[in-house]
Amino acid sequence: MACAASTDPSGMLDRGWRVAPQVAVRPEPFGALVYHFGTRRLTFLKSRLLLDVVSALADHGTARDACRAAGVAEDEMPGYVTALATLAGSGMIVRRDGA
Amino acid sequence: MTAIARPPMRLVDQLETGLDAPICLTWELTYACNLACVHCLSSSGRRDPRELTTDECMAVIDELERMQVFYVNIGGGEPTVRRDFWELVDYAVEHHVGVKFSTNGSRITPLVAARIASTDYVDVQVSLDGATAAVNDRVRGPGSYATAIGAMENLAQAGFEGFKLSVVVTRENVSQLDAFKALADRFGAQLRLTRLRPSGRGADVWEWLHPTAAQQRELYEWLLAHGDTVLTGDSFFHLGGYGSALPGLNLCGAGRVVCLIDPIGDVYACPFVIHDEFHAGNVREPGGFARVWRESELFTELRRPQHAGACASCGLFDKCRGGCMAAKFFTGLPLAGPDPECVLGHGERLLAERGNSPIPKPSVDMSKRTPRPARTQPPPHPCDESPLAVLRSP
Repeated sequence: MACAASTDPSGMLDRGWRVAPQVAVRPEPFGALVYHFGTRRLTFLKSRLLLDVVSALADHGTARDACRAAGVAEDEMPGYVTALATLAGSGMIVRRDGA
Repeated sequence: MTAIARPPMRLVDQLETGLDAPICLTWELTYACNLACVHCLSSSGRRDPRELTTDECMAVIDELERMQVFYVNIGGGEPTVRRDFWELVDYAVEHHVGVKFSTNGSRITPLVAARIASTDYVDVQVSLDGATAAVNDRVRGPGSYATAIGAMENLAQAGFEGFKLSVVVTRENVSQLDAFKALADRFGAQLRLTRLRPSGRGADVWEWLHPTAAQQRELYEWLLAHGDTVLTGDSFFHLGGYGSALPGLNLCGAGRVVCLIDPIGDVYACPFVIHDEFHAGNVREPGGFARVWRESELFTELRRPQHAGACASCGLFDKCRGGCMAAKFFTGLPLAGPDPECVLGHGERLLAERGNSPIPKPSVDMSKRTPRPARTQPPPHPCDESPLAVLRSP
């Protein structure tokens, strides 16, 4: 899948993720606030759909399945890959296999 | 702070309409303090006998947990002088409410430092308003520089990385920004710079201590150069008019994303407006803090679109959003209009026109009644602009 490679260079869509243990998520009308108690960083999820994706991560084998379950359309997927990569980069979400 | 995914509406506009719970809550646990800083935003000194009890404080923490308030900024006064201070900190952490507390450092012994360093859920900021004892002690009192340095040594020794060195930027210390940064680096701390407001006793010294227009420009350039390695409590958004926005949330969060709970449970729109006009309710009332936050008339009003007033036609309004409500209120300027430190000088002009018309006074003054001890300072000079020369005169 050449296309998948270009939109998901890190291959994160095909891995399992979850919200990090030190992280709290608070839904808000615009989306959610995400706070990491260890780094004391606050991040805004700027849509309810992204909150749904993040909440669904733990219940699905891969991030791709979580996105689909939350109702993310295929053509919206790249935006969500970027968002999830940013969350992973700041330690807000972590790999389920601990890698 | 970072933001992810494109919104239908700008985040700053959404935040101005309010949140289900505050992002950042300041809780002054006591008005008691062993120092008497000339610019104290809460006019602290003496304990208020009506202070919330331990049980009442715990009930507030329970509520904050239910509202998912991630952390509280605990201050005072000097919060560590409360006998139940550590009990309350432990209780908050057990209930998933992180604590960042402000201190002058007088009680940060090696033992206390080790205790704080042992958990991720407690953060501390040590206040220091001069990178040298001479500059600091003129504002915070004799010996306060040595006390703060001692506390930071203890924290560094205990292995606490990234605690905060918190500085209120004044006319006298703005030339020391690099020295503050070096000091923070020396202790593995993070520098936090905040704006001097004319709040509490700050009103008495603001005119002499607030940075000059040239210094503001210098500060802005310095902040831009240092990006988000330096914290600001997002307090300098009024400087955005100089060009690019500074990192952080550039809006007045009062009653929208922040508020203050004072030692007797009164809730104000922000830590810098302890005045009846900005009093939203009390945590002791039925419905507690949550009801004040969600339903009070004042906060509901603050979350409606605000009038830009005299700033409406200004091309920079979108950047500075009219500046700080507290700074306007306690210098006697209309809330719908420019900040007294407006980068275009509109605030200064209004201040000059205002002349000697009365200025609102804070509703609380717990300053110690005894005269403040004489401070070591250079001999008076005809051009001396020191606030202390003024305080000494009566």
